[in-house]
Amino acid sequence: MLEQNLAALPIILPLIAAPIIIILGRSSLAWAFATFVSGLACLVAWELLASVLSNGVLSYAVGGWSAPWGIELRIDAANAFVLLVVASVSTLVLIYSKQSIEKEIDPSRHTLFYTAHLLCLAGLSGILITGDAFNLFVFLEISSLATYTLVSLASDRRCLTAAFRYLVMGTIGATFILIGVGMLYMKTGTLNMLDLAQRIHLYDSSRTINTGLAFIMVGVSIKLALFPLHMWLPPAYTHAPSAVSAFLASTATKVAVYVMIRFIFTIFGADHVFNEMSMGAILMVLAVVAVFKGSYMAAVQSNVKSVLAHSSVAQIGYMILGVSLFSAAGLMAGLIHIFNHALMKGALFMAVGAVFYRMGSVDIKAFRGLGKQMPFTMAAFTIAGLSIIGVPLTVGFVSKWYLVVAALEQNHWIIAALVLAGSLLAVVYIGRILEAAYFNEPEEGQKTVKEVSWLMLAPMWILVLANIYFGVDTSLTTEAAQRASEMLFQNSQEINALMESLHGTEVSVAQEVSP
Amino acid sequence: MNFIFDYYNYWIVVFLMMAGFYIVISAGNLVKKVVGLSIFQTSVFMLYISMGKVSGGTAPIVAEGVTQYSNPLPHVLILTAIVVGVATTAVGLSLIVRIKRAYGTVEENEFEDKDDAI
Amino acid sequence: MNLWQGVEPSQLITLSIVIPFIGALLVIATGKIPNLREAVTLTTATVLFTIVLAITDYTFKGVEMRLNVVELFPGLGINFEVEPLGVLFALVASFLWIITSIYAIGYMRGHHEINQTRFFCCFALAISSVMAICFSGNLLTLFIFYEVLTLSTYPLVTHAGNEAAKKGGRVYLGILLSTSVAFLLFAILGTYSLTGTLDFKAGGIFDEPHSKLVLGVLLILFCYGIGKAAIMPFHRWLPAAMVAPTPVSALLHAVAVVKAGVFSILKVVIYIFGLDELRSLEATDIMLYIGAATILLSSCIAMTKDNLKARLAYSTVSQLSYIVVGALLASSVAAAGAALHIATHAVGKITLFFCAGAIMVASHKKNISDMEGLGRAMPLTMVAFTIGAISIIGLPPMAGTWSKWYLTIGALEADKLFIVAVLMISSLLNIAYLLPIPIKAFFKGQPADGQPWSWAETKEAPLPILIALGVTSIGCLVLFFYPQPLIDLINLIPGVSTNMGEG
Repeated sequence: MLEQNLAALPIILPLIAAPIIIILGRSSLAWAFATFVSGLACLVAWELLASVLSNGVLSYAVGGWSAPWGIELRIDAANAFVLLVVASVSTLVLIYSKQSIEKEIDPSRHTLFYTAHLLCLAGLSGILITGDAFNLFVFLEISSLATYTLVSLASDRRCLTAAFRYLVMGTIGATFILIGVGMLYMKTGTLNMLDLAQRIHLYDSSRTINTGLAFIMVGVSIKLALFPLHMWLPPAYTHAPSAVSAFLASTATKVAVYVMIRFIFTIFGADHVFNEMSMGAILMVLAVVAVFKGSYMAAVQSNVKSVLAHSSVAQIGYMILGVSLFSAAGLMAGLIHIFNHALMKGALFMAVGAVFYRMGSVDIKAFRGLGKQMPFTMAAFTIAGLSIIGVPLTVGFVSKWYLVVAALEQNHWIIAALVLAGSLLAVVYIGRILEAAYFNEPEEGQKTVKEVSWLMLAPMWILVLANIYFGVDTSLTTEAAQRASEMLFQNSQEINALMESLHGTEVSVAQEVSP
Repeated sequence: MNFIFDYYNYWIVVFLMMAGFYIVISAGNLVKKVVGLSIFQTSVFMLYISMGKVSGGTAPIVAEGVTQYSNPLPHVLILTAIVVGVATTAVGLSLIVRIKRAYGTVEENEFEDKDDAI
Repeated sequence: MNLWQGVEPSQLITLSIVIPFIGALLVIATGKIPNLREAVTLTTATVLFTIVLAITDYTFKGVEMRLNVVELFPGLGINFEVEPLGVLFALVASFLWIITSIYAIGYMRGHHEINQTRFFCCFALAISSVMAICFSGNLLTLFIFYEVLTLSTYPLVTHAGNEAAKKGGRVYLGILLSTSVAFLLFAILGTYSLTGTLDFKAGGIFDEPHSKLVLGVLLILFCYGIGKAAIMPFHRWLPAAMVAPTPVSALLHAVAVVKAGVFSILKVVIYIFGLDELRSLEATDIMLYIGAATILLSSCIAMTKDNLKARLAYSTVSQLSYIVVGALLASSVAAAGAALHIATHAVGKITLFFCAGAIMVASHKKNISDMEGLGRAMPLTMVAFTIGAISIIGLPPMAGTWSKWYLTIGALEADKLFIVAVLMISSLLNIAYLLPIPIKAFFKGQPADGQPWSWAETKEAPLPILIALGVTSIGCLVLFFYPQPLIDLINLIPGVSTNMGEG
């Protein structure tokens, strides 16, 4: 029975565990249980990925009601891959958070933190594996509400305004998605993603469908913090508790990128989106601006968490750039960067959280001299930082390589040069922090601190070592990303074939060059 | 004129949507923002429900002698969306309560000065 | 001379990279016991040299040594392959590591330097990455270890830890990382997308005809991307790196780091573009003029510098462009001269830097204007300096003669007479900025009482330093009379030959 219902477990497990945590009450018990459940979810995700890579798409009808009338959970190479990222980062962050939240969240709210975290995990998992467009909206809102709560749990009062702004923008975004889905429903009468794909192009060119596409794209762009709709991200990640920042930076926006990819490739068909609606050019321009604006803003901040937040905006730009190239290689680069960035940013935020735990501040001045006092933490920061810059033998290099090769394949020489130029800005903003840590003496009157305990160091270093491991042995991530990319393009091809048979029109073939 | 009257439901939806959106953007008071958000979401509910109406159809409850029913699916979807909206409003309002406690005001221009913007 | 007969040839590559790395770890482990730590360094260096000798032996015998480590991207991975140019560089680097270690022991102790463990450890790591660069089989491997070299030498440059060191380190890292990411990586990716491969192949990998403009742009990107070759205007990191202790300047910035740069340019020229392809590009001429300009301009700047290390730094910039020019002349003899210059400049320059360090330790003098009459106090050092200077200038009986000779012949062969003129003018400039120093030391600043000189007056540097000085200056002499092994090695490089009309 377990194998039959395996597909539903990533949602069910954290969803049921969340209220149990409130009942459990005590902080350490809550922590243990939450970590356990997250670990189970991680195992399930692993199983699902293995199953999908060997058997193909997994379909599960919730409640026994079959699609397209019932809600379907559909797991394929793309979302199994991202699900694994989300679940593993969630587990590592939970292990880390036991100590981290002691200093950042009021003790009376600790159980709330674990509850909200699990609800967020349930929501994110739901977004990833659902096969129903409206269900996607529902899970999106579940996870978003949980994130607003998580952000507002910090003791610093600025987190409240940040959370409120995030709430307003996020709700607008989700509502836009709802409008878009509504328009699709109006025209096609169905909400199931595959069914939508079949029916969307029954009409030659429909204003309603295109308006729906526009609303959905804008809504998702708000959620994934694409320039210029990214304004909620820096305050939210800066003032949230470090464990929350580590989790959200690695997962929330990535899932939104997945949603965009899913809508473009599986539902609307890449051809329609890129050729007829010229989304490729729009996304490419916005992505490049995001890279530079984000990197530039990161270089001028004095609060290190703010540096990392703006850096995330830039990294999301890289992912969208990969998607906008409209080729299998570009999509694969974007997907690989989803995985790699989770490793990099998760480790970085954890390191910064450790510094806050000891120093009580994340201003760059607080980092002075920490190279000697907290060697393991700063070493983790260094390696993850080098990964963001794109130094070889780290995952960051792998992402940049695939991205630039994909851009060059499409003869976008300027884009390739701009990607590399963005790395130079990364040298500046990471370099400032490393210089403070290793080459500056602590300020007068600054307390001397020790290293943090292994409970915080272990998850940090697991991510850091994964950074290096997957930077050298890229076979696993490359294979998964490539399979996902090919499968998504195949979905598009099927839509093209459908259009041809319905309208008899010649459709240009999507560029499918293997990396 | 037919253009306006035939699609009157869409006109209402657009009006509500833009009114709500405008309130969210322009209001300085946080509670008003939440109100605007609520209106914005309501407009979307109207969109769904009004599109589900089948001309000549009655409420989608099985009854004797009735042959035409309105589409029940949008109603179900909107029930879910209403719950989501309620939850969002609740979270928004509780954040406002905490902001009031922390800053002493819920006017945006007043507390923005008190902190460094990021 | 092969002590490693029992080991499979390809595994020697692994050993050459791993042994210095293990040495670095052992240095950290024995950090508390200075004598043991220095013994570790010296042993590691000696062992490395024997490995490189074994590899040389196999190269002369024509044994192929190849190693595939890990595949990073489909069809592209970290691969190693031994070829004669790499063996030449490896010989120079590993031999001079031994000598520099002896020197460094004397210097660091004489100067009472701090953080000696970090110093020797990073040294070993840097040499490890140099070995990997020597034997890299494709551009990706070269790039990876090029970056590792930059990063592992950064702590060495900023060793002193003061504001000046940090500023110098910032310039160093800033220029090297920026050029390598913005230009070199771009050029590598461009090459990869044009040809589908990054393997070094004799005669170049651009088999299909490509647009001359694209290839020209790639060449310029490669030349500037390899910032370690210090082509103007991206040369500023070299003088900035002079804040490092002198052993660092000696080995790394006269031998390892800078030679890694020009070595990479030679490899790109010979194995990626191919000398024939190069001749047909207009960009080659553009870079040639820039290289020539660098030679002359940096010599002129060197003349204005009073600080000895700064003068030597700009001299290095100038000499590096000799090699770049030699590579870009696209003639087999010029390439041979360039390759030989790697070795001859290394021994000459390292002698000069050793002397600069010795002067600093023994008499605490940094500026040339203070060095009048130094010949009386430090005769051995100044004699070594003179030998090194003559080698750099390129006069017999010192090693530098041969490389200048082949470069000139190569310029004639390539019909670029103005390069011949540049080389001649440059030699005159070398005399102008190098010879005044020993002249000042020996012939000026006679004490007023006119007493004859005696050994009692001398206040020489510590013994290890003198040993090192002696070995390298004798090396300058020896290479003049006995350059044959190196020349034989160079003639093994495909397309390169010391005989005109071949290749």
